[in-house]
Amino acid sequence: MPKKKEGQIFNVAGPVVKATNMKGAKMYDLVRVGEEGLVGEIIELKEDTATIQVYEDTTGLQPGDRVVNTGMPLAVELAPGLITSIYDGIQRPLPDIMEQSGDFIARGVEAPAVDRKKKWKFTPAVTENDTVRGGDILGTVEETPVVEHRVMVPPDVKEAVVREVRQGDFTVEETIAVLEVDGHKREVAMLQRWPVRVGRPLKEKLPPTVPLINGQRVFDTFFPMAKGGTAAIPGGFGTGKTVSQHQLARWSDADIIIYIGCGERGNEMTEVLRDFPELKDPRTGQPLMNRTILIANTSNMPVAAREASVYTGITLAEYYRDMGYDVALMADSTSRWAEALREISGRLEEMPGEEGYPAYLASRLAGFYERAGRAKIICSNHREGSVSIIGAVSPPGGDFSEPVTQNTLRIVKVFWALDSDLADRRHFPSINWLRSYSLYLDRVKRWWHDEVGEDWLELRNRAMALLQREDELQEIIRLVGPDALPPSDKAVMEGARIIREDFLQQNAYHEIDTFCPAPKQYHMLRIMLRYYDLISGLASPTFDFEKVKGLQCRVTIGRLATVPNEEWEKRFKEIEKQMEEEIKTLEGA
Amino acid sequence: MEGIVYTTVSEVSGPLMIVDGIEGVGYGEVVKITTSEGEKRLGQVLEVGRGRAVVQVFEGTRGLDTKGTQVQFTGKPMQLGVTADLLGRIFDGVGNPLDGSPAPIPEDMRDVNGQPINPSAREYPRDPIQTGISTIDGMNTLVRGQKLPIFSGSGLPHNTIAAQIARQAKVRGQENFAVVFCAMGITAEEADFFMQDFEETGAIERSVLFLNLADDPAIERLIAPKMALTAAEYMAYDRGMHVLVILTDMTNYAEALREIAAAREEVPGRRGYPGYMYTDLAQIYERAGRIMGREGSITQIPILTMPDDDITHPIPDLTGYITEGQIVLSRELQNKGIYPPIAVLPALSRLMAEGIGEGRTRADHHQLSNQLYSAYAEGMDLRDLVAVVGEEALTERDRQYLAFADAFEDRFVRQGNEEDRSFEETLTLGWELLSTLPKEELKKIDEKYIETYYPK
Repeated sequence: MPKKKEGQIFNVAGPVVKATNMKGAKMYDLVRVGEEGLVGEIIELKEDTATIQVYEDTTGLQPGDRVVNTGMPLAVELAPGLITSIYDGIQRPLPDIMEQSGDFIARGVEAPAVDRKKKWKFTPAVTENDTVRGGDILGTVEETPVVEHRVMVPPDVKEAVVREVRQGDFTVEETIAVLEVDGHKREVAMLQRWPVRVGRPLKEKLPPTVPLINGQRVFDTFFPMAKGGTAAIPGGFGTGKTVSQHQLARWSDADIIIYIGCGERGNEMTEVLRDFPELKDPRTGQPLMNRTILIANTSNMPVAAREASVYTGITLAEYYRDMGYDVALMADSTSRWAEALREISGRLEEMPGEEGYPAYLASRLAGFYERAGRAKIICSNHREGSVSIIGAVSPPGGDFSEPVTQNTLRIVKVFWALDSDLADRRHFPSINWLRSYSLYLDRVKRWWHDEVGEDWLELRNRAMALLQREDELQEIIRLVGPDALPPSDKAVMEGARIIREDFLQQNAYHEIDTFCPAPKQYHMLRIMLRYYDLISGLASPTFDFEKVKGLQCRVTIGRLATVPNEEWEKRFKEIEKQMEEEIKTLEGA
Repeated sequence: MEGIVYTTVSEVSGPLMIVDGIEGVGYGEVVKITTSEGEKRLGQVLEVGRGRAVVQVFEGTRGLDTKGTQVQFTGKPMQLGVTADLLGRIFDGVGNPLDGSPAPIPEDMRDVNGQPINPSAREYPRDPIQTGISTIDGMNTLVRGQKLPIFSGSGLPHNTIAAQIARQAKVRGQENFAVVFCAMGITAEEADFFMQDFEETGAIERSVLFLNLADDPAIERLIAPKMALTAAEYMAYDRGMHVLVILTDMTNYAEALREIAAAREEVPGRRGYPGYMYTDLAQIYERAGRIMGREGSITQIPILTMPDDDITHPIPDLTGYITEGQIVLSRELQNKGIYPPIAVLPALSRLMAEGIGEGRTRADHHQLSNQLYSAYAEGMDLRDLVAVVGEEALTERDRQYLAFADAFEDRFVRQGNEEDRSFEETLTLGWELLSTLPKEELKKIDEKYIETYYPK
């Protein structure tokens, strides 16, 4: 245990405090500031003065107040009990803070991240005299009905022999195993720590090949995300960033969801807190909360803790990845995190880069997104896990040329561009299909072809081409009016309209439409393209296209999305048959 | 801590003052200043170093000197004395009475900076407020505990609308209602308008006013909304009242923030506004809300004038990222002589979805509002098209939509300044307008509602 040293404050400006007499302190050491012991972190050292960012409101701090160095970096606690928790940016459980300080968040509250008293039933997975190494699973605990918590040998252990392993009910601090490492005995408890700014080691990164299915048609079918991938979802206010993030957090087929509300609205976190315990995961039938960790550092909470919140989140994600899970992390919004960097940088009087952001913005963003990935885990046998990151970006004025959006796009592989024009038309999710892209299309193709339908990519590309063609025709219509188009182009417009209105649009608030299973998506698109093929087959130069507008199947196609998920297979067949017959009657006429 | 009087002001520059040789001064504490002429002012510590403090002076630095100015550090953050007697009173931006009566005897002293509500303690807002204005109630319903700004422009009637909302706002069956009004840098004329309106309607008795007028020191604008919200929190959470807070004009607040940042030679962000403006604005807006197990609520209507009607300007932009939607005023509608000139398409209430529907307003509300929105949007698109290709090129269906858009503006958007429409009246009006379109066009509405409500 390093000796605790005391320094003194000599300057306070907002969240940044400077202290002298700090010799021996290391960068990113955690310190306690002032009489209340506010939590802070060293972000700059000059001789014996340290600059500290304080994670709580600094009002009342005075020059001369003491600063105690804990000698440890900012770290998260890792143990059973993380899932279903809601934390602030530095992993203090908000319900515990509420118990101590009431409805408003007071300063200097200390609360352990995981319950110290609760006993967990530990089932060993090793026996005495087994040889183990870091990452090996010592035993398991049922953390929630859907999450088996796998207690691992700490990653720093190279090789060890199990001398003792216990079975039964333990608190997170009690010893569950004794290892012999290099001739020394080492007791291991379920509770372990990991510094947030250091990525947990892994054996090897693997290319992502399995899609992260989230039941949102425009994402899954058009711009798929992969497990272990990175995606950004930028959009001005009112374009539905948060609703999209919530939808992803709800319906993504990951094992663990980590949702970071970083500098966003308090009521939005409340909505998640209220909904997630009630909503059921379509795969397990269990409440979504049973696989979720929430980190809430709302916009009015201290700005330095906002900076820390994304690291807290990603470290928790890596921990569950190491257990062999697919973890999806949503950060809403990375722009607020970047702004926290800017604010702290400004207080440090660093030379500003573009728009006042620090010059290291790009490398910090890259460092964060690089912690995503599908990976082979360090352990004696084979285990894989993944962390997927989906970051919302809030560009000022909806202008994507700003530094945070641009630097993010250089890193991420999926770009879901939110569009305020579409939002104004109430086209939700308002993802602009012509601007968005996914670099995982080819990687996840195999999965779709094996699991759903072997012409998936072909269908998707045909639909994209149709939408592209529609966009070109729009230009012409603007000049000459819609009536001047030949029937074949009218068929294009009609086909694209169906895809836009009935496939790409999806109602997050509709009981059925809120989640669309992958095979249903595929067949919806197939029927729509079949419709387009049939009507374009009719569209000879002399064909009166107005007749198409009277077709009953236009309405039924419009309702495909809301056909209940239990009966869609049967109903789709009927609908397709009716459609073909109805269009045939036009042929005859 | 009170007692030591320093006369060691070493520098006065813009709104800031630097005091040397100090000891035991904390960040953020309030400073009492006495000028050489004996005039009293208030300030706040912005930065404190060894033996040196940077103080922002709320009531302006005019008349301060480096010789005779006396400075006293109070050891406390800025506070407001709260009591139920605040109702019916008028104060300046730092909480001094302006109405000639002595300051009310406080029941408690509260830090005006407030503390963030623990997200776990929040109650999700769901009770609709009937403002009596169709474009808000029907299309962008305001919900108790929401923060819904009005994005306006110079010369647009945002004040009239705000006063109308303050006058008409009600939640059915609940009476325990108060208004906190905070003026930042508005003209005496505008302030008079509000005061008169409040007095005439008797609203003044359940109101508290904090007025910082255009000729008051700009720096005071930074503290006025915090005073107002502290009063609001007391009434909402201690007294169980439903408080509507009107903050006008947030643009002046942001200008004052920029002024301070520039005086401190901080690194500027977009358009010279400080990089922490988002956080700073959030500390105001996020004080709206409801708390589990407590009776009251705080609903905010901040008003801001978009410089040059530009919605991407940092002030409306950052506001929009924090608030739960926005009401946007349109110069085009204003020029057409339509009051209230609320532009329906860019307006949004994020909390509407859960605040309306059966048991709250009416079961058909959601779908009806979607249908009105999309029909109006289509009509607006066609207006653009007509400008290019002429009306002859339109189909019969297109003409119906054009007519719908005109009627929508004329009957649904337009209403009197005194006209207080109930939810039912607004929804009925919506159905009447939709009845000019064929039933088959109402794709966003379920059959059953069409049967019940479509006028026969």
